[in-house]
Amino acid sequence: MAHISLPDGIPGIRGPMMFRPETAKPLNELVDVLLRGPHPLSPGERELIEAFVSSENDCTYCQTIHGAIAAHHLGGDEELVRSVKRDFQHAAISDKLKALLAIAGKVQLGGKHVTSEDVDQARRLGATDLEIHDTVLIAAVFCMCNRYVDGLATWAPEDPDFYRQRAAKIAVDGYVASTLGSGAATAAG
Amino acid sequence: MPHIHLPEGLPGIVSGFAFRPETARPMRELAEILLRGPSSLTSGEREMIATFVSTRNDCYFCQTSHRAAAAHHLDGNYELVDAVRFNHQHAPVSAKLKALLEIAGKVQQDGKAVLAEDIERARQEGATDLEIHDTVLIAAAFCMYNRYVDGLATFTPQDQQLYDQMGARMAREGYVQPAHRAQAAADTH
Repeated sequence: MAHISLPDGIPGIRGPMMFRPETAKPLNELVDVLLRGPHPLSPGERELIEAFVSSENDCTYCQTIHGAIAAHHLGGDEELVRSVKRDFQHAAISDKLKALLAIAGKVQLGGKHVTSEDVDQARRLGATDLEIHDTVLIAAVFCMCNRYVDGLATWAPEDPDFYRQRAAKIAVDGYVASTLGSGAATAAG
Repeated sequence: MPHIHLPEGLPGIVSGFAFRPETARPMRELAEILLRGPSSLTSGEREMIATFVSTRNDCYFCQTSHRAAAAHHLDGNYELVDAVRFNHQHAPVSAKLKALLEIAGKVQQDGKAVLAEDIERARQEGATDLEIHDTVLIAAAFCMYNRYVDGLATFTPQDQQLYDQMGARMAREGYVQPAHRAQAAADTH
């Protein structure tokens, strides 16, 4: 049971977002810019960073929904998502993304864990300042979202199909529309 | 030196905001709503929660600037803010705020560390669902801001007078005015 009275039957972050629409608005806008805005990293790559950080934070709802969205963007490859969460250094992804995931993992522990060697390594593998900036910020944002979701003890459904269906919707409509959207969106959740 | 090429001379998070205005806007708006929007907690109380979490995360820029902002909301009472930072259970603040700080401290570690007993205690001391929600989200949000600031190794001024001026402006003008950024730039030059 959630720690406060949230709308019934609404999973994960969407419960507190409905409870407090004033803060939901900038939260969704921030996530939309970071994960879906114009970018040299594909939405699939950015969702992988996000799913990885949420997995390191052991946040069931976030890592499952963002893992499902990542898989959706990556042609349905759920095994790739699992391999990134499990051991990204041996996953079938680019060396640049591995270096960015290493930075994201440091941010998850604490910002000061990121060293100039980590950043140099990412740069040698082709990462730009914008990609490094956004990797740090994606990791930081999900250290917030994970704590928000778990700190209020929100409901995480167990059925993997629930996440697959939500993921397909979010991949098309984005966070702002899907999370705060119509009754239809709520029913789909 | 910062990990990426941030605009020179801008302190802490202001440099990240200047580098990436698209993400700055919702991040500023979130801080404005959480710390200065209508609430049954005073801005001084909310800034103390932010300062407390930033202190636990050992983020020098955030804890020093928000410490000053809290003090400016509290008639310049830096002693009270420092009592909360380092020994909140014995600080001369309300039992309700102590219970909320306890929750914020748990969120700083991990959302799942917040227990039903922590929430129950806050409720017994008069905390509402909205106050508990906002405490969790303020703590979570500063786990983001702190990681962003330190994860990019942003420029951290040491001049205490500068932070006092910054805090005065944060308390007076808030987080969304464009004047904030221009002024912060002017002050550090």
